[in-house]
Parts: sequence; structure tokens; C-alpha cells
Amino acid sequence: MSYDATHAPSAHHDEHEHHQQETTIFGFWIYLMTDCIIFGTLFAVFATLCHHFAGGPTGKELFDIKNVEIETAILLFSSITYGFASINAHKKNKGAVLGWLLLTFLLGVSFVALEINEFHELVARGAGPDRSAFLSSFFTLVGTHGLHVTIGLIWMLVLFFQIMGKQGLSTRMQTKLTCLSLFWHFLDIVWICVFSFVYLGSVV
Amino acid sequence: MSGNHTTSHEGENHGSYVSYIVGFVLAVVLTVASFAAVLSKAFSFWQTIAVLGVLAAVQMVVHLVFFLHMGVKSDSQRQNLAAFLVTALMVLIVIAGYLFVLWDAQANMMPG
Repeated sequence: MSYDATHAPSAHHDEHEHHQQETTIFGFWIYLMTDCIIFGTLFAVFATLCHHFAGGPTGKELFDIKNVEIETAILLFSSITYGFASINAHKKNKGAVLGWLLLTFLLGVSFVALEINEFHELVARGAGPDRSAFLSSFFTLVGTHGLHVTIGLIWMLVLFFQIMGKQGLSTRMQTKLTCLSLFWHFLDIVWICVFSFVYLGSVV
Repeated sequence: MSGNHTTSHEGENHGSYVSYIVGFVLAVVLTVASFAAVLSKAFSFWQTIAVLGVLAAVQMVVHLVFFLHMGVKSDSQRQNLAAFLVTALMVLIVIAGYLFVLWDAQANMMPG
């Protein structure tokens, strides 16, 4: 890109900006680590309560593994589409960034829609969070993950419009995109544990 | 697209199309293996749980390396790794401690 003339005089400035960028990202990473502890405790709660059915339905009777397969595939695809958005952000391809972000957003929305639909069906069948300790811990854990995804989607929408606007792909905007990328990929990691231990673990 | 490859020193921190696709393929293989391990009913209960645990752990590492670009190449990567390892240790203590205490309590309180 415009690497030539502007490079020499602004080198010092660039370095300063780069350092600030790294500090911001490290701070966000620390936040993610605390989030990791929240999920860790919720998984611990689920692990202890997952056999307390109170005479109600078990996971084996309730969970639709087909639905979980689709949700897993959607999240995995959204991880790679966000990855392509970040690559293009560093190449300053504004159009490509917006395209990949939009695709990621749509995948995320369909994930949340599937999850809301699943929760709705469970509650309609009388298997809401108030039915048993197993279902309380299930809704808390999976619901917390779904809430994070929803917040990630709102954040993505905000960044989408900010990039479309005057700022474009400024250094600041790239930092924001990187933070959201960490958040988004982190949620996919949490989902690995959700589908492995909550869903698949319940139907073994 | 890939023609204007930048050669800046930070390039390797952000991943490339190739690294994302490699990570994605590995993740798909591991995910399919997890579902297959359960749906095929090939293993006993505890064997299946163990297989799920190992596959999930490997897939987490794949995501951390290929999507979150964790590594030891730069100072910032090493800082992130250190923060992560401390967190992982805390989460491990929480989960293992929780299970140990509560299962033990349950075993002692359940009549018969």
C-alpha cells in the first residue's frame, strides 16, 4: 500500500500506535480470561447437577442432536468467515471486510435463532429451567453462551456501520476488529465444550 | 488477492487464508469424530466421555493456535499465553475441586 513516502517520518508515530494497539488487545484478552472463569464455573455447576432430573425428562429424551450438529457447523463456518474478514482488514480491503462481516453476522443470527427455537420448544414441552436442577443448569450455561453470541452480533453490527462510515479501516478500527475476533473465536471454543459435554455427554 | 502480500513483521500474528483453512479442516475432522464417537455407540459410557474429553481438548488447542493465533513468537503472544495458562489452571482447580467436593458429599449423603 502507501508504504513509500509516508514511511520514514511517521515511523515513530506508527510504533507508538502499534504499542497502544497491543496494550488494548492485551487488556481485552484479560477480560476474556475472566469470562473463561465464568464459563468454567457454569460448566462445573452443570457437571454436578446433570443427573438431578427431579423425575423430569433427561437430556437423552430432550436433546435433538441434528439441531446441535447444525448449530456447531454454523458457528464453525462463522469463525472462518470472521477470519477472512480480519485478513482483509489488514490488507485494507474495505469491501471484502464488509462482505465477510455480513456473512458472519448472518451465520451468527441463524445460530441464535436456532437456539431460541430450541429453548422455546423445551419450555413448551414443560422442560423449562424451573423443571429440574439439570434443566436450570442447562439453561444457565447454554443461555449465557447464547447471550454472549447475541452481544457479539450487536457489536459486529456497530463495527459494520463504523467501517462503512468516515473512519474506514483506521488503525483504531482494526484494533476493534481484532478484539471482536478474539471474542468471536473464544465463543466458538466455549461451544466446543457445550456440544461435547452438555449435548453429546447427555445422550451417551 | 494474495498477490499483494505484505511483508511486515506482524504479518504472521494475523494468520493467512491457508492457516485459517487448515484450522477449519482440523476442527471439522475433530467435531465429526466427536459426534461419530457418540452416535456410533462404539464405546462404553466412560470410554465415550474420555474420547469426548480428549477430542474437545485437542480441538480447543487447534482453535487457539489457528484462530486466536496463540504462540510464542512475539512478546505479546507470550504475554497472552501466560495469562491464558494461569486462567486455565484456575478453571481446572474450580472444576476439579467442585466435582471432587460435591461428588464426595453426595456419596456420603445418599442413603444406600
